[in-house]
Amino acid sequence: MRAISMGAHDRPEATAKAKGGLAWLERWLPKMVLAPTFVMMLVFIYGYIIWTAVLSMTNSRFLPSYDFVGLLQFEKLFENDRWLVACTNLGIFGGLFILVCLVLGVTLAILLDQKIRQEGAIRTVYLYPMALSFIVTGTAWKWMLNPGLGLEKVVRDLGFESFSFDWIVDPNMAIYTLVIAAVWQSSGFVMAMFLAGLRGIDNSIIQAAQIDGATLPKIYRRIILPSLRPVFFSAFIILSHIAIKSFDLVAAMTGGGPGYSTDLPATFMYAHSFTRSQIGLGAASAMLMLGGVLAILIPYLYSELRGSRNG
Amino acid sequence: MVNQTAQSSMNWSRINRGLIYAVLLTAALFYLLPLVVMVLTSFKTMDDIRSGNLISWPTEFVFDAWSKAWSTACTGVRCEGVEGYFWNSVQIVVPAVLISTFLGALNGYVFTKWKFRGSELLFGLLLFGCFIPFQVVLLPMAQTLGLLGLANTTAGLVFVHIVYGMAFTTLFFRNFYINIPGELVKAAQLDGAGFFTIFWRILLPISGPIIVVTIIWQTTQIWNDFLFGVVYGSGDTQPITVALNNLVNTSTGVKEYNVHMAAAIIAGLPTLLVYVLAGKYFVRGLTAGSVKG
Amino acid sequence: MKRIKKALAPIVLSGIAAATSAQAGEVEVLHWWTSGGEAASVAVLKGLLEKEGHTWKDFAVAGGGGESAMTVLKSRAVSGNPPAAAQIKGLDIQEWANLGLLANLDSVAKAGNWDKLLPDVVSNVMKYENHYVAVPVNVHRVNWLWANPDVFRKAGVGIPTTWEEFPAAADAIQKAGFIPLAHGGQAWQDATLFEAIALGMGGSEFYNKAFVKHDADTLKSEKMVKIFETFKSMRKYIDKDAAGRDWNIATSMVINGKAAMQVMGDWAKGEFTAAGKKPGVDYMCLPAPGTSGQFTFNIDSFAMFKLNNDDNVKAQNAMARLIMEPTFQETFNLNKGSIPVRSGMARDKFDSCAEASMDAFNAAASTGDLVPSMAHGMSTTSYIQGAIYDVVTNFFNDDSQSAKEAVNKLAQAVKAAM
Repeated sequence: MRAISMGAHDRPEATAKAKGGLAWLERWLPKMVLAPTFVMMLVFIYGYIIWTAVLSMTNSRFLPSYDFVGLLQFEKLFENDRWLVACTNLGIFGGLFILVCLVLGVTLAILLDQKIRQEGAIRTVYLYPMALSFIVTGTAWKWMLNPGLGLEKVVRDLGFESFSFDWIVDPNMAIYTLVIAAVWQSSGFVMAMFLAGLRGIDNSIIQAAQIDGATLPKIYRRIILPSLRPVFFSAFIILSHIAIKSFDLVAAMTGGGPGYSTDLPATFMYAHSFTRSQIGLGAASAMLMLGGVLAILIPYLYSELRGSRNG
Repeated sequence: MVNQTAQSSMNWSRINRGLIYAVLLTAALFYLLPLVVMVLTSFKTMDDIRSGNLISWPTEFVFDAWSKAWSTACTGVRCEGVEGYFWNSVQIVVPAVLISTFLGALNGYVFTKWKFRGSELLFGLLLFGCFIPFQVVLLPMAQTLGLLGLANTTAGLVFVHIVYGMAFTTLFFRNFYINIPGELVKAAQLDGAGFFTIFWRILLPISGPIIVVTIIWQTTQIWNDFLFGVVYGSGDTQPITVALNNLVNTSTGVKEYNVHMAAAIIAGLPTLLVYVLAGKYFVRGLTAGSVKG
Repeated sequence: MKRIKKALAPIVLSGIAAATSAQAGEVEVLHWWTSGGEAASVAVLKGLLEKEGHTWKDFAVAGGGGESAMTVLKSRAVSGNPPAAAQIKGLDIQEWANLGLLANLDSVAKAGNWDKLLPDVVSNVMKYENHYVAVPVNVHRVNWLWANPDVFRKAGVGIPTTWEEFPAAADAIQKAGFIPLAHGGQAWQDATLFEAIALGMGGSEFYNKAFVKHDADTLKSEKMVKIFETFKSMRKYIDKDAAGRDWNIATSMVINGKAAMQVMGDWAKGEFTAAGKKPGVDYMCLPAPGTSGQFTFNIDSFAMFKLNNDDNVKAQNAMARLIMEPTFQETFNLNKGSIPVRSGMARDKFDSCAEASMDAFNAAASTGDLVPSMAHGMSTTSYIQGAIYDVVTNFFNDDSQSAKEAVNKLAQAVKAAM
């Protein structure tokens, strides 16, 4: 430890020859620190993706097997009504979910950052939905959204006879109820991320702006929100991750129904890989999911990472 | 950071503040509603529930469901409630959260303060990797764990959680450290501080808020994980979510919603506790922020 | 004399077994029976096994009628570490045996005389290439109609016995202000209702052709179109809030007298019993319309995996033997609401619904009216079952789809999945 700190005195490149081993260590240390992560990533993420890609071209059913059938599984997938419904649903669900969570999260974080009394309690209230397993909260949501039991009945009992809120039993609207429950569960965490970001912002910049006579809304718009950019990035990644992997939510709340109108790619993939013993088809759907992620994520990742290098 | 702001802008009238509170409290109501339903249900009798009053005030409050969920509900051949599974989950969560958070902090530190050629690409690859659907990795991971001799052990389960939690912990720390001025590190280097000294002495002490966020995320994810727990756990080391699932997800048995609700709340208590305790450090982050400015 | 012999046989047998298995082994058992009554039932088996000196390592995974357990089982098998015994149903047994993972139970079966005790339809499911690889636990009858007689009395109609009578009765019930049919809009419940209609209107032969042999002409037949039309017409008699409802909530609608009837397997009895209702008085259990002579079965069974440790193999065999013995068959099925799988059991402890079920089982076994349940994975592989589910549930929930279209889709989907 001590030796390392002595060697760190100068930039490693300049003194590599002079200081020999220590400088070598200094240069390689960061890479060595990353090495375990790198190896794990290579094996447990990319290795498995390749494995899945191979399976998607086989006729695997009950367990993985290696009878290659070319792109047959992909052809089957595109002829499958349910898969198309699942993809459309992901578009609607993912888009709305991410948008609402971001807006709600940043709004609540900013409001909560105004020296609010009982901030701790309110923050915990916003966060707690994440603590509860959806296996059961799904049941509570199902009841609340059910027109015969929940909100609709309560409002009607209050005397508003024409009030109607029956999305969950309507095949065309049920997907939006998933958005409501998903926002309920995840937006609190997004709020916490923004709050942490707000608290990490350098005060001197804001003070300087105030001295220059900027109003508070302006400070937020011009200085604070832009500097929260990395948080938006993290939140976006996290939220799209949640959206794409949403599984418990569907399983507990709608079970994919009415019909299969609320099926999502993740539930489709699981059902086919495991319940229906169509591992080949499941693998193909997983590859398409990853492909979709790639198409949306790569441009964003690229601009975001490049931006940070310049900045 | 707003302490000065708020003071200086007294023209933010009382009405505005009232409005803020109104919005915050309305949001709080939205978040609380399902919990209210769950708590009320957990205090009902099954007869009450069966008569169709799912969303209503209990006709009488009983605590039976809670004690049943804790100590006598069946989760398999055992009927000892969820009590015993608590410890199993703790044994999985604590090491997995600590190790993955620590590794994430180190990774984030390297990715921002010790960039090298290809490090951005590496980070991009890591991020993309976290989109792999977990259902896809179930079988190959099972095979790998079998080869490593870790199949159906707690260690194996901890390992899996570390592997798939890494991308996120790294992301959190990277995006936090990126806002910390590089001059701070350069200055420390000039003072003779090395790789680890800078990490320990300079970055970690100001990482409060992001450590809180990371721990909240990881604890929640791992504590609430069902898929990995059920597949890679074994009979007596199953985490609490598996017990909860067994309690709740019977297909042809009698469903006791009051017990289910109580069990779900009990199972969520540790994560809630983490939120409450960790919440304090958000405020600490405030002071850390002002020190640094 | 014969009866005494029968009653003694298991005791003698277990005596021999206890003597031979001096070394105690361990069985790890994967199952999805976790709720109160079910857990108590499995605990009986555990107790019996422990009495013989073996250890039971419990590995319970509930969810989706065994779906989660199957996922876990696959992972365990892939990691080279399968449990000793696993609850596996229907045609999945063949798949596992096909992989060469299941142990041969012929010696236990021979000693226990399983061939005599089990109807062929049942033993065929338990055998792979003519060797026993699994042991049946119980028989559920799926084609039940649960009715609240009070509601029928108030509506002034009789309980329908055919699907042709159904609309008239249902209309009267609706007019009297009740929901005629309690139903939960989940894919498997839709399929359960659908298969009851298909069996009632098409008969056993038609049913077998369509859902066991997957004969394309039968699937596309005019009769199938009629069946789909009748199925869709049920929508009128179901309340609009049914989507996503759990089966047990639908049952409680019958219990409370909000709804008149429900088509559901015999596990629904557990809900009535838990609510303190008496069969024949507070509720009626009748065959689903048009299926009085038929019996749609759903059998739970344990398959045994090949093991290396000889002691554990002994424990495994002991478990297989105990499952088929009357002690366990009786206690288990009393708890579960199903009926024993072996013939010739004493009936005095079973209620009238279970007795009716036993009679129907025996009668149907001889007439060929004992048919495997499609909705519960008995008649077909999981992939074809899934394909049928998709078509059925989508048709039921999509107002724009005609029966003709659905039938074509059904034939197409089954073909694609084969």
